[in-house]
Amino acid sequence: MSVQHLVDVADTHPHQDLASRNVAACLSGASVKFGSFTALEDISLEIGEGEFWTILGPSGCGKSTMLRLVSDLVPAAKGNVEILGKTTEAARLAREFAFVFQDATLLPWRSALQNVELPLEIGRKRGVRIPHSDKSPRELLALVGLNGREDALPHELSGGMRQRVAIARALVCKPKLLLMDEPFGALDEMTRDHLNLQLRDIWRETGVTILFVTHSIPEAVFLGQKVLMLRANPGRVKEVINVDLPAKREIALRETPEFNRYCGRLRQLLEEC
Amino acid sequence: MSLAQISPDIEENKVDRLAEMRKRAGNVAIPLGTAISLLLIWQLGVRLFEVPTYIAPAPTDVLAVFKNEFPLLLRNFWPTLVESLSGFVVGNLAAILIAVAFVHSRTIEKAFFPIAVFINTIPILAIAPILVLIFGAGMTAKVVIAALICFFPTLVNMVRGLQSVSPQTLELARILSASKSEVFWKIRLPSSLPFLFSALKIAATTCVIGAIVGEWIGADVGLGALIIDSTFNFRSPLLYATVFVSSGLSVLLFTAVTVAEKLVIRW
Repeated sequence: MSVQHLVDVADTHPHQDLASRNVAACLSGASVKFGSFTALEDISLEIGEGEFWTILGPSGCGKSTMLRLVSDLVPAAKGNVEILGKTTEAARLAREFAFVFQDATLLPWRSALQNVELPLEIGRKRGVRIPHSDKSPRELLALVGLNGREDALPHELSGGMRQRVAIARALVCKPKLLLMDEPFGALDEMTRDHLNLQLRDIWRETGVTILFVTHSIPEAVFLGQKVLMLRANPGRVKEVINVDLPAKREIALRETPEFNRYCGRLRQLLEEC
Repeated sequence: MSLAQISPDIEENKVDRLAEMRKRAGNVAIPLGTAISLLLIWQLGVRLFEVPTYIAPAPTDVLAVFKNEFPLLLRNFWPTLVESLSGFVVGNLAAILIAVAFVHSRTIEKAFFPIAVFINTIPILAIAPILVLIFGAGMTAKVVIAALICFFPTLVNMVRGLQSVSPQTLELARILSASKSEVFWKIRLPSSLPFLFSALKIAATTCVIGAIVGEWIGADVGLGALIIDSTFNFRSPLLYATVFVSSGLSVLLFTAVTVAEKLVIRW
């Protein structure tokens, strides 16, 4: 059912070429089970390269599990998941995707810069070919607005800054797919707004595909080109909604009737779940 | 900014620094003053009630020993220092390596942890004679006793430290396809350091106790031997001086570990 929603793909991402639309991630009939509990059931989705998806749903509907399935942290009990035509394991070994957790998960004894460099160090001695961003770790920290704080230890940074270090770390291996599990969930409103704008800019600049789990309806509408609504027990695709809002997004967009219409529609869907 | 605007800042800075210095001076003066007062009370008490020196010497008697018998104290200080330090190194190193093995394999942990607990439950005073019988009256027995007393707290803390990595950090390592040795060197080992240093602080004082207990059982040099010797000869001022030197040794080792911790752990 979900694939039908993808037919009317029409959006305005600068990097997206509609004629040669490649698939970044493809889930076909994928299920995840924890013992006898079915966390996700029969998920079929096609996520195009360069797209920005946000994932919403009632708590316990398997939003995080879906990211874990795509990132090879949990196996599929049934069905199949492919990333850029590879198995999730092959994609993991090739560093095709990066993960940003709700908690920044920085190593406390490493400076901001050393934390960003960590992915480049892992596997280097074993001769693993590690792709790296065109930008140096230092430039990536500047990209997320942390120039001058390279040598700060995580405990010297605020929660928002730590999360930005985590984003820079996720970009350092030039991932094609960025998986974000409520990365701004623990931050205050102002910091969150700021980081939302910054993330949109990073997305437009790098052309990376983003899967972004959130529990905030306005955040989902503000960030996403598409909003995937999951429903609980078992986790299934409820609906995929195209967000047809201007590509250049500003905070003022939230006051517009179109924006609120999307929020209202999603709220209604969430209640039906 | 004009000069007139700057000068109040400087004034304020000066006041701040003065307050800071006064606070720091207070931090030293209060405990020091208390200690001196207690010594004075002790001195007065001993003199007032005419307590015989062999029962309780006055602080001045003890001070006189420090002045007159310093070479004797020093001669017995070095062996105890060497035994304590060697025991500290051996005991902690063994604990760290065994902790690594425990974290690496559940089977090894299941096999050896009960034995480690059992050894820890034997009172050190009970096991010391056995070790002296095995290793003889030389330094080895004392080093082994000091090592044994350090071993268990470090083992327990180190295991906890190596396991203190958050599940999310381990997921990050998996997404980066990190090998087992990379997880160990880059994540587990640094994570364990704060736990290790708490254990080392305990070990810094207990290793001295181990060495002294070892010297009680059978030795002719060392602070432990001097304690026994001066007790049996009713040389109470010497006994008290030796006790002060022993606790000074513990303080020295503890301070060394604390300084090392400050240098290593900046997070």
